[in-house]
Amino acid sequence: MKQTQSIIEVEHVSKQFEDGKFALQDVSLSVQKGEFVTILGPSGCGKTTLLRCIAGFQNPTTGSILLSGKELTDTPPNKRPVNTVFQKYALFPHLNVYNNVAFGLKLKSIDADQIEKRVKRALKTVGMTDYESRDVNSLSGGQQQRVAIARAIVNQPEVLLLDEPLAALDLKMRKDMQLELKEMHKKLGITFIYVTHDQEEALTLSDRVVVMNEGQIQQIGTPTDIYNEPQNCFVADFIGESNILGGKMICDRLVRFCDKEFECIDEGFGEDTPVDIVIRPEDIYIWETRNNAGQVASIEEQQQDYDLDDRIPKGNFTKWYGTVQSCIFKGVHYEMIVLTPDGYEFMVQDYHEFKAGTNVGMLVRPEDIQIMHKQHHKYNYFEGEITKNGMVRFIGAEWEVSEDQLAQFNAGDIVQVLVPFREIDLQDHEEEGVLSGEVHFILYKGNHYHLTIRTNDGIDLIVNTTDVWDNGDRVGIKIPKECIILQKLPEQQ
Amino acid sequence: MYHSTKTTRTTMKNEITIGRTAVTPYMLFLLVLVLIPLGLVVYYSFTDTEGGFTFAHFLQFMQGGEALNTFLYSFFIALVTTAICLLLGYPAAYFLSIRVANNPPEKRLAEVMIILYIVPMWINCLLRTLATVELFNILSIPLGEGALLFGLCYDYLPFMIYPIYTDLLKMDMSLLEASADLGANRWQSFWKVVVPLSKRGIYSGIVMVFLPTLSTFAISELLTHNKITLFGSLIQRCFGEGGILMWNYGAALSMIMFVVVFLLEHFSHDEE
Repeated sequence: MKQTQSIIEVEHVSKQFEDGKFALQDVSLSVQKGEFVTILGPSGCGKTTLLRCIAGFQNPTTGSILLSGKELTDTPPNKRPVNTVFQKYALFPHLNVYNNVAFGLKLKSIDADQIEKRVKRALKTVGMTDYESRDVNSLSGGQQQRVAIARAIVNQPEVLLLDEPLAALDLKMRKDMQLELKEMHKKLGITFIYVTHDQEEALTLSDRVVVMNEGQIQQIGTPTDIYNEPQNCFVADFIGESNILGGKMICDRLVRFCDKEFECIDEGFGEDTPVDIVIRPEDIYIWETRNNAGQVASIEEQQQDYDLDDRIPKGNFTKWYGTVQSCIFKGVHYEMIVLTPDGYEFMVQDYHEFKAGTNVGMLVRPEDIQIMHKQHHKYNYFEGEITKNGMVRFIGAEWEVSEDQLAQFNAGDIVQVLVPFREIDLQDHEEEGVLSGEVHFILYKGNHYHLTIRTNDGIDLIVNTTDVWDNGDRVGIKIPKECIILQKLPEQQ
Repeated sequence: MYHSTKTTRTTMKNEITIGRTAVTPYMLFLLVLVLIPLGLVVYYSFTDTEGGFTFAHFLQFMQGGEALNTFLYSFFIALVTTAICLLLGYPAAYFLSIRVANNPPEKRLAEVMIILYIVPMWINCLLRTLATVELFNILSIPLGEGALLFGLCYDYLPFMIYPIYTDLLKMDMSLLEASADLGANRWQSFWKVVVPLSKRGIYSGIVMVFLPTLSTFAISELLTHNKITLFGSLIQRCFGEGGILMWNYGAALSMIMFVVVFLLEHFSHDEE
């Protein structure tokens, strides 16, 4: 049943480059006929590589790509019934608009009148009717983009691949083109596979969104699914604004975070399971309390303020309190940062303004608390080797370890090394660390930062810290010797 | 505000003055070594030995005979040399440039190779020709037309490769992908995209090979043991030991060469 409907089938595709790095890791995806699918992710996540594998410009290292059930993996790009709209348009500078669009048709033995008819129709579809004899270099970015689209759709491909087609346009033009693309998709009935790093564009255009990071698919779903039910911290953080907090699932429908227990609607996580929690800033209700929240007002007083504000849903919700740190007007709403007395920060969006310094109460409906499995718990796990001089070699460097950890092992033993997220020490100057690396990914978790540090060898370390770093900062990595834990390697099965 | 504008203007004025002073030596050079000699060539070509105005030298050339034949032969040799250089040079330039653009790790290799192609340009062409003559002697290959073509191609090949190479290097590789995406095979992509986009490089390559080979003289003399006379040698002989009487005729032949070169150059620019 599914076979007959899906037009593109990507099966366990991996792509490894010559330097050993994986651009794609076991990616599987099925695109239905007539669908508008967007592949979304930050730069370097492998989304363009995936598109290029479908177009045929790159061959997957393993796995296969099927079109309407037929193997396509070894077919050269010129024999595939797909066409691409390139990021930088790739219009032929030596040909005028008409000849650019007619390029594909002229290669097939089609009569001149037929070609002319089809080129004119394609140019009409993209709104470039009077530009036939214009030199492509004299066109604006938006016009070139339209010609590029016309050049692709004139061949009536089964699938149209679009590689960040609007990235080079200014905001206003981008918005207009988004609407036009959606219209075109409806009118033409061609399957669109669209690559972008712009989450808003992905949510606006697509029937389904494929979120990618680090060469792997993080989540596939409709725009609402992706937004409302992100499956992990990456998706939650990448799509829209979010408050991400560490917490614990106490039992079904009850979760603990920010030192409070909240009702929620999720089940099946088990008891006392560490989880990550996402709350969208627009889902937090906020009201002013007259007492100083920092010095805990009496429960009665706080309850009174809550009862008086009729914008706030009434019921047996868990409430928490804080002080507004900053308030920014964002056009339609205000965006507030609220700090709780325990040191958790929340981003809250509301139509009302709550000035900095205001004491506020907050609540969230159980259905707006999104619970996700924790990807990592507390430790970085590495494989290491005990060296002759009583150190441990892992992630490309030798580290000192405490005597009692070392006592159980001999030189040459292969061990599992556990490094707690919280204990890794980052230095401003690379040379101060045992190893140097780069801040690769930052996640704010309410009261601390959850950083991914990538070493020069491409190994990732997770670091929890309250220090502020920027993406791309070079850091020196130190690990206090008493914090490194050595264990026997888990038994191979 | 006003003050700053004023300073800018003064600086600009100074810069113009400095610029003028700086080009003066070159202007003098141009006048003494290019414009005046050119004037003299024109003057001599239209005068007889007594200094009277005449078309005789040109008529003599047009009536046929050695000079016209030599000219046509030189034209033919230049044409063949250019064709061989294009046939050898284009693929070399193509593979080097495409290789550089597509494989960053191999970039160094391609860079080294292009330098190897160009290294001969660093050595004086007379020295290279003498070496070629020696090479032919060692291999006991008789000198003549074959040796001449070999020597000319060897001397001028880099001038064909380099402009095409730099032109292809500028080409956006995604155009080849676009062309494949639209259904073109490699051969179609080559003729419909690569060749049209390297037209400028091909033209300058042709000009840089054809024009100097047309007027060459030393190379032809050395490589053919003076058996074959090219137009350049013919002109040179008019000014050589033969005597002062031939200067006017030689000037006329130079004028003819000048006009032909000028026209070729002019047309090749039009094409661009």
